[in-house]
Amino acid sequence: MTRILRDVWYSLQEWLQTFGACQLFLIRILAGCPAAFLRPRLIIKQVHDSGVLSLAIIGISGFFVGMVLSLQAYNSLTRFGATESIGVLAALALTRELGPVVTALLFAGRAGTALASEIGLMRATDQLSGMEMMAVDPVRRVVVPRFIGGVIAMPLLAAIFSAMGLFGAWLEGVVLLNVDEGAFWQQMQDQVDVFDDVLAGILKSFAFGVAASLLAVFEGYNSIPTAEGVSRATTRTVVLTALSVLVLNFMLTAVLIGEV
Amino acid sequence: MQQTRAVEFGTGLFVFLGIVALFFLTTRVTNFDSYEGEEGYTLTARFDNVGSLKLRAPVAMSGVKIGRVTSVVFDDEMLEAVVEMRIDSSYDKIPNDSDASILTQGILGGQYIGLEPGGSMDFFKDQDEIQFTQSALVLEKLISKYLFSQADKPEE
Amino acid sequence: MEANTNAAGARQVGTVVGDNIVVIRDLHYSRGHRKIFDGLNLEVPRGRVTAIMGPSGTGKTTLLRLITGQILPDQGSILVEGRDVAKMRRRELYQYRKRIGMLFQNGALLTDINVYENVAFPLREHTDLAERLIRHIVLTKLHAVGLRGAWQMMPSELSGGMARRVALARAIAMDPDLILYDEPFVGLDPISMGVIVRLIRRMNDALGLTSIVVSHDVDEISSIADRTYLISDGKVVASGSPEDLQENCSAVVMQFMNGMADGPVPFHYPAPDYDAQLLGRDG
Repeated sequence: MTRILRDVWYSLQEWLQTFGACQLFLIRILAGCPAAFLRPRLIIKQVHDSGVLSLAIIGISGFFVGMVLSLQAYNSLTRFGATESIGVLAALALTRELGPVVTALLFAGRAGTALASEIGLMRATDQLSGMEMMAVDPVRRVVVPRFIGGVIAMPLLAAIFSAMGLFGAWLEGVVLLNVDEGAFWQQMQDQVDVFDDVLAGILKSFAFGVAASLLAVFEGYNSIPTAEGVSRATTRTVVLTALSVLVLNFMLTAVLIGEV
Repeated sequence: MQQTRAVEFGTGLFVFLGIVALFFLTTRVTNFDSYEGEEGYTLTARFDNVGSLKLRAPVAMSGVKIGRVTSVVFDDEMLEAVVEMRIDSSYDKIPNDSDASILTQGILGGQYIGLEPGGSMDFFKDQDEIQFTQSALVLEKLISKYLFSQADKPEE
Repeated sequence: MEANTNAAGARQVGTVVGDNIVVIRDLHYSRGHRKIFDGLNLEVPRGRVTAIMGPSGTGKTTLLRLITGQILPDQGSILVEGRDVAKMRRRELYQYRKRIGMLFQNGALLTDINVYENVAFPLREHTDLAERLIRHIVLTKLHAVGLRGAWQMMPSELSGGMARRVALARAIAMDPDLILYDEPFVGLDPISMGVIVRLIRRMNDALGLTSIVVSHDVDEISSIADRTYLISDGKVVASGSPEDLQENCSAVVMQFMNGMADGPVPFHYPAPDYDAQLLGRDG
């Protein structure tokens, strides 16, 4: 029994240590942020790598999520003769939850893994040590632009996801299922709030952007410099990002709703 | 050099798309327009029960939106709910004996305030109070009971 | 101890005896429970090629990381130009590193930019030179290693030897005073190896550098080093010119210089009794 308790205590200790290291790393990154904006080209490159390259998966996923939302809502609402509400339903679901959360999960899979493995391989091939030897701080030169790139890209991706989702919902609902178009948009506009829904969603995805980018660069930067170490860092990035996004989502939602 | 230009072009396009998406979400999808152009006058109305009437819910006459709810508070002296609404200044010929009731859009839609015109020759002015009001709650309960003959009634 | 017999070394008669750029005194360093350095003493004379040899696993690369301040010693001092690396603040350390170049085992080129940008990297990071001037410097350095024609190539397209030469061009881009080579001959074909050997010597003499070469390739090292240290068990076991080492009769030196499988450095990693383990009687 004591052994189990001790094991739990050790793993808790280890978890807390990683958590603390992550926070310290975030502080180090934030300290390097102001200087990074003096070299916008490095950031543009990273917005490209994290954002533009994720655009296809985000857009297509958003589109189909919107379609299926519309279809499901239609099937349920048609019993109550309230099929025009599919617009509201899709818009609220997308802007409040699905947009930020699904985008963050897809981002972890597409961009997070790429970041972690790229930085991990740079560590494994001595590129980071090489920079340090050239008196260049790899955190500022490599990590910070990637972090900022991810944080910029995430809310934009979430917005694109939601917009594509609404397009899908509109296509499915209005064009294919013949829901009245005026009611579709009118009810949406009456019941979706700029601040409580859209802005809250953007705020969430910004927080997810910080979490997902931080975890990716942290895992990559601290990976063990072997093939196995890099692959483990990549896996951990996805798992940890997914978990922390979902937990963070619950906490943020609770705070945001508690405020209203 | 060719490559960096492609990167910059792609990034520019991406950020542009993101901003367009945001613009679309705020203007086309939400009640964003209710936040701007606060030109208009304020009316108040007292209800026994406002149901789940929310801030910025529409105020409509004959189905046409003419304003927005700006505050919903409880008056603990009169033990009534006091609703303030902002009416667009272009609708300045509403008879001052019109009555207000809380209605529901569709079956599952949100609640709004419907104004029913009266016969008076005088019109509402700023800070006037609507005398005749009707809480839609009783009707609501009836409809709910009738439509969903289930044990637990949805909160609407 | 002092040896100036190398032909190239003779050109530097003007060097003051005892003018050492790096002085290491009583260095102790351990990783985990394993002691890597146990009272190491070492001097690197200015303007010479100093070789550090030793069997694998004796911490030669660790020594370079200690000299460059990437890791800190447990005890002892590492003086470079009279200043203790371990006591430098972060900013000082970076200032100091700008004056040293280091060649990693695999080159450590940045894989997302081409050869030209790799060599230009330290210049762009540390100077505000005009593009025209950077171009001039980069092409000069690439020419020095014979790869001016490869400026457009990406690191992944380079052979091991070429990558190392590009890395060398990058290491000298900032005109350092001291250059460190970590196993520069590992895994190269004889031609590339010859090229690197010649480059190390030529760079050292033409640019007035001081070079430290970590290696275990006895023949290559012997042909260019002015002074050689042989490290084993965390200490310097022999030092002097390559010729001195060849004539040294101590058992460790003999084993290393002649490549004998067993000797003071045992063929077997410490293990329990062979028979006992095969019969499954060990704990």
